[in-house]
Amino acid sequence: MSRSSLISVECNENAQQRKQVSSAVVRFAGDSGDGMQLTGGQFTLSTATQQNNLLTFPDFPAEIRAPIGTTFGVSSFQINFGSREIRTAGDRLDCLVAMNPAALKVEIGKLKPGGVLIVDTGAFSERNYKRAGYKNNPLEGDSLNQFTVINLDISAATIAALKGHNLSKKESLRCKNLWALGLTYYLYGRDRDPTVKWLRQKFSGRNDLAAANIAVLHAGYKVADSSEFPTQFTTFQVGPADEMAAGVYRAVTGSDALAWGLSAGSHLADLKMIFASYPITPASPLLHSLASMEVDDIVTFQAEDEIAAICAAIGASYAGSLGVTSSSGPGISLKTEGLGLAVSAELPLIVVNSQRSGPSTGMPTKTEQSDLFQALFGRSSDSPVVVLAPFSPGDCFTIAIEAIRIAISYMTPVIILTDTFIANASEPWLIPDVNKLDPIEVKFCSTTEGFHPYRRGTERLDRPWVKPGTPGLEHRIGGLERDYDSGKISYEPDNHHKMTVTRYNKVKCVRDYIGPQTVTRGPQSGKVAVVGWGSTYGPISRAVDNLLQRGMDVSHIHLRNLWPLPKNLKQLLANYETVLVIEANLGQLLFLIKGYCLIDAKGFNKVSGQPFMISEVEEAIIDVYRF
Amino acid sequence: MDHSVLSAPLTAKDFASDEEVRWCPGCGDYAILKSMQKALVKIGARPETTVFVSGIGCASRFPYYMNTYGFHTIHGRAPAIATGAKLANPDLDIWVITGDGDGLSIGGNHLLHVLRRNIDLQVLLFNNEIYGLTKGQSSPTSRLGTRSPSTPNGSIESPVSPLIFALGSGANFVARAVDVSQVSLQVTLERAHAYKGAAFVEIFQNCIVYNDGVFNDFTERNLSSDRQIHVQHGQPLIYGKNKDIGLKLDHKTLCLESVKLGRGESKESDLIIHDERNRMLAVMLASMRPPDLPMALGVILCDPVDSISKAAPSNRRDSWTDDLNKLMRAGHTWTVGT
Repeated sequence: MSRSSLISVECNENAQQRKQVSSAVVRFAGDSGDGMQLTGGQFTLSTATQQNNLLTFPDFPAEIRAPIGTTFGVSSFQINFGSREIRTAGDRLDCLVAMNPAALKVEIGKLKPGGVLIVDTGAFSERNYKRAGYKNNPLEGDSLNQFTVINLDISAATIAALKGHNLSKKESLRCKNLWALGLTYYLYGRDRDPTVKWLRQKFSGRNDLAAANIAVLHAGYKVADSSEFPTQFTTFQVGPADEMAAGVYRAVTGSDALAWGLSAGSHLADLKMIFASYPITPASPLLHSLASMEVDDIVTFQAEDEIAAICAAIGASYAGSLGVTSSSGPGISLKTEGLGLAVSAELPLIVVNSQRSGPSTGMPTKTEQSDLFQALFGRSSDSPVVVLAPFSPGDCFTIAIEAIRIAISYMTPVIILTDTFIANASEPWLIPDVNKLDPIEVKFCSTTEGFHPYRRGTERLDRPWVKPGTPGLEHRIGGLERDYDSGKISYEPDNHHKMTVTRYNKVKCVRDYIGPQTVTRGPQSGKVAVVGWGSTYGPISRAVDNLLQRGMDVSHIHLRNLWPLPKNLKQLLANYETVLVIEANLGQLLFLIKGYCLIDAKGFNKVSGQPFMISEVEEAIIDVYRF
Repeated sequence: MDHSVLSAPLTAKDFASDEEVRWCPGCGDYAILKSMQKALVKIGARPETTVFVSGIGCASRFPYYMNTYGFHTIHGRAPAIATGAKLANPDLDIWVITGDGDGLSIGGNHLLHVLRRNIDLQVLLFNNEIYGLTKGQSSPTSRLGTRSPSTPNGSIESPVSPLIFALGSGANFVARAVDVSQVSLQVTLERAHAYKGAAFVEIFQNCIVYNDGVFNDFTERNLSSDRQIHVQHGQPLIYGKNKDIGLKLDHKTLCLESVKLGRGESKESDLIIHDERNRMLAVMLASMRPPDLPMALGVILCDPVDSISKAAPSNRRDSWTDDLNKLMRAGHTWTVGT
């Protein structure tokens, strides 16, 4: 099967019939320096512009350049795309591109039997495959017989394609990911133009590099499209998505959607936003997105530490702007002291937690949902805050605006619990028109009559927001307990009890704003309700759909509001014989539902740093299902 | 809004809040409070645009007693909170009140960064070389051998010098004053306020309960003239009861030395002329310790550079909706349906 002399580039476009498929899962895997994230990103771009539905899953190590050829240095990018609705990054692969033996070793278990395996034989030297832990060359035995293997010396072909380009061997080899991309484009009938344009832009000023990369991309494509290419390999056709609402779309990651949602929200409130954060994986892209906006109304501040970041955000809200801070679990730990002050001072504040695998440093680039308890309870004393969780990358935009609306209306901190998967994954997104979104009402207090800083509204129990600079309203606030009736420092026992209850009730009032919990899919009552939150939305909804189609009595209920919980949640869950809570932790929402709704719910938990597969969710539901 | 009220001249009393002051009787904080209220009148400050931000500790109760905006925050974090407030509204006139434990122990990192960023605000560090509100433990500025509940056999840690810390952090305005020296403290506060950028002032503040008399070696009435030097920009460094002692540079050791002026001794022309913009001189002055050399007081360094808040870009609010819509549509997009 091995082929080493693919030099003919005669084209035979349309020489073979493409196989129509409704969706496909492709994974690019290589060394962390091989440009796999870039390759996947380009495949996504081309796929998005071909109007496929899609969801991506970048999966990479925490090390920037891990030692070459090691299994722990493998960086991968997975995309599931199709003409049907795509809700996950895909359970099993239809096509795996493995740029070296380590990538093959790590990823081959995910490839479906009969799936397409593209390997760069040029990278399978004895030294390399031994380094990956293989005793013998895995391409030579029969271990890969169940797959459709395309063995190509991509390294050699790349160097050949760059003859006359005046690049060193090392420089040439850096382009080999584009050769693999070109080949994959051919296999799935993708358009090369978006990538060509992107390369020209990226290497503007370095025309030689742009030309080289483009030449290699075309070379990979043309080899597959030539008479030299074995005709037994099937090529595929994935038509445009047919279930999407009309409008202008783009591919968006959770980080970008969150950045734009926060910007839109602060604009709708007509407030300057001060975004203060400290670098941490996987939360930093949010800082980068906002920092690149260069608008005076969005100030980004890289603080000296996590504590200073939340404190600067609190100071900004105190001064009459919208304070926002962002981090991941270990950083949020440091912010809890500041959160306590924001609860006590009753200031609007947005705290974004892009959850990652922990505890402690854990697995910085891997996803998890294990900071729910931290968000709900991780502060000293009774200090309730509002907790929201987006269910997809695109939902980050909507939830950011909701968070701002709640924070301002109720004068409270709001935590947005997103995660590594949502932050990094991308999906097609119907771009909203900011002009058509509802404004957020902000009432800065200006009346001196009867004023004190903790004089509350009757409906939402919110205290007045006073902008320093307002004459006649000079006042002092802080972390000390204050009197309910005058706002002055008070250590009076009954007053403290009253203030504690009031702070709790104020956050509870947010239930009126969020409205009742609805059933995402399936009947309103019945045998099994599958409850999830955050990024498990995709696999749960697909699994429930599949089981509904098989005639099973299953419903999916997905929570976006984790505190306060919707008013009707207990009543709603009581309508089902079994409640199954699926989450990427050891049962934190389960604990909450058991305690809050007094329902003997069951849990299905996985804490592997990887998203749930549809198949394992299906199995978990079947396990609790009483036929 | 009643403009006649707004424009009426204010008195020190107008800056006093109606909150009952809860410091120990005889605490140096009372004197600082009074000087501050007077300084604000002199500056022409407005209560509505003046904000006091503090951390935790005796000093940090200060904002409650000022009839201005005030935020009593968390231990050590006042510089970070003040930074956020200043970024939000550069028009606010912000004073950060901290102590030696608050500013140099738990909040040392924040103090370092607010100074190096040169945020336009004033940081007043009340240094009493002890933890007061937690009942007398040794602090990062406590001298070697300080006996306290946490160091019953005497502190074995070297104290940090607030001014040297500030200079090392890149502060461009550094000054020092004594709590009960009302006139010079008030002038120092006015100078700090006039500086555009982060102004750092160390105030020696006597804790009457836990560290009484710790600064007596240079503040006692009979010693102060010979052990304090009030530096003045452009003036020779002269001090002493009879104004007959001066500071001169020993060119061989690059150290300051104290010399007697007079016939047959050093001349005034041999002395160093204080230059507020000279950072090396500031380091030498800030390092002086009685009894060999006098305690330097007044404005030790004032070297104006652009502050972050001064360099803010122009406002683009009007077009922001369109800008955001454009931004979200930049790059590859596609249209579904019509």
